[in-house]
Amino acid sequence: MRKAFNKELLSIAKRDPRVFMILADIGYGEIEEFAETFPDRFINCGVAEQNMTGVACGVAMEGNIAITYSIANFPTLRCLEQIRNDVCYHNANVKIVIIGGGMAYGELGISHHSTEDIAIMRALPNMVVLAPCDKAETVALTDAMMEYDGPVYFRCGYKGEPDLHDGPINAKIGGSAQLRDGQAVTVFFAGTVGVNAKQAVDELATEGIDCRLVSLYSIKPIDKAAIIRAATETKGIVVLEEHNICGGVGSAVAEVLMDEGVGNVPFKRLAMPDVNATKVGCQAWMREQYGLGVNDVKKAVKSLLK
Amino acid sequence: MNEVELTKCHELARKVRIHCLKMVHKGKSGHIGSMLSMADILPVLYTLILNVDPKNVKKLDRDRFILSKGHGGAALLATLAELGFFPLEWLDEYYCDNGKLSGHISHHIPGVEFSTGSLGHGLPVACGMAMAAKQMGKKHRVFCLCSDGDLNEGSTWEAIMLAAQHHWDNLTMLVDYNRLQALGKSRDIIDLESLKQKLEIFGWAAREENGHDQKTIYESLRDLPLCDNKPSAVIFRTVKGKGVSFMENDYRWHYGGLTDELLAQALKEVEEAI
Repeated sequence: MRKAFNKELLSIAKRDPRVFMILADIGYGEIEEFAETFPDRFINCGVAEQNMTGVACGVAMEGNIAITYSIANFPTLRCLEQIRNDVCYHNANVKIVIIGGGMAYGELGISHHSTEDIAIMRALPNMVVLAPCDKAETVALTDAMMEYDGPVYFRCGYKGEPDLHDGPINAKIGGSAQLRDGQAVTVFFAGTVGVNAKQAVDELATEGIDCRLVSLYSIKPIDKAAIIRAATETKGIVVLEEHNICGGVGSAVAEVLMDEGVGNVPFKRLAMPDVNATKVGCQAWMREQYGLGVNDVKKAVKSLLK
Repeated sequence: MNEVELTKCHELARKVRIHCLKMVHKGKSGHIGSMLSMADILPVLYTLILNVDPKNVKKLDRDRFILSKGHGGAALLATLAELGFFPLEWLDEYYCDNGKLSGHISHHIPGVEFSTGSLGHGLPVACGMAMAAKQMGKKHRVFCLCSDGDLNEGSTWEAIMLAAQHHWDNLTMLVDYNRLQALGKSRDIIDLESLKQKLEIFGWAAREENGHDQKTIYESLRDLPLCDNKPSAVIFRTVKGKGVSFMENDYRWHYGGLTDELLAQALKEVEEAI
């Protein structure tokens, strides 16, 4: 997915001279072409994320589009106050892109996991929060992000993620993508953990349980209509996310259900159980360990249908 | 700088001090010491150095000025109001319910380039503006006024290193160097000495001047950059609380509030000063 993002960004930067890339010494093997093609629109601030974010804000204040880009938590939590005070308060056209959302860097340990990012980023006024699940969503949402004038948090995957969509899609800020329709339970997800949701829904179908499967790639603003439809047209809602259970996509869906008066639907969140991930392993294994596996989704769906 | 300009700057500094004292007293707020310490710098900057226009505050070729020590924002607000960026009456709406002016500087006010309040934010943003100006072929300059406290922040030093690395000579950092901070003397908390040498070692061109002699302030900012291909730093040695005898060089006036009696005494001193 990071390759898809960088390729699309490069293609946009070739058309749009306002695009700058502001880094903090991360991006090896991916950002070199941008740096070589646009040396005067590229800067490596060194390992200094606060400065990276401030510089990006200053660049954007001059009418440009500034991309900050790093892995996992580095361009969000380390420089949160710069994002809040500088980027969001000034509604600056800064795009904060992370590579390796969730536990993509599983074996590297908790310093390299981004599992609180969605809650924190969506709490910031003016911030749009996007989380593509595969290459098709990455490309479509990169386009949507770059057309949008304002701060965006873009939670990208890492590498080798399977395609969940059959081909290119259209995506918009505030939208969602239905991958499968069904009347049993709606399974919502955001981001690359959708691979488990899709496999679970496919397997449930073979058992005669037809679920609706929806990628909530735009977490803020969120597709309220899709959530209301799920509550009124299907028998329950499961939300799967690779994030702490506090404040993430599941919370966002629950907020809509209650606010819109459709909260009487059976509902289950599958998320990290508010613990620090002390186990060591790859992303797929870590997902299983923390309740985000295929069987967890299947079990949750069946429990709602009882 | 001729005598007329000097007199004008003196008078503007006096008015800024009077406004700040009244604003802080009325709002029952603090940071008066920090405001008074830069009250001689801002008038020179805004009347003789910066290319800005109160009638066209967003003109594209304006020099960018970021006040990184946003807690002293009332001094900038008073300067802008006196120069016509917004009505003087707005100063009555400082630090109050439904007021126009917040305790820390906000870009929602005409003439304020950037909002600050938490230290260590100004110089990184100024770096971004300087980088963009270079890339876009623009000739305007970028200024950032920092405090002792700003120079405690790691983010400020991250920006100092980056600016030197990229030779942004369209960037000037001013330091309101009063050597006091919230809880005491800077040398007892984070000793910045020798700041000039530190900045030079970090690749900046730097000079150190008296921040209350307006002729000197003008002359130190008249010919920028101080050195081609280097960012410039002008360190102004200042006195926290300058102009009010009982405040001068007393860190307690970082937060201290003004009673009616103290306001009267302070105003008398400022109004009667030569």
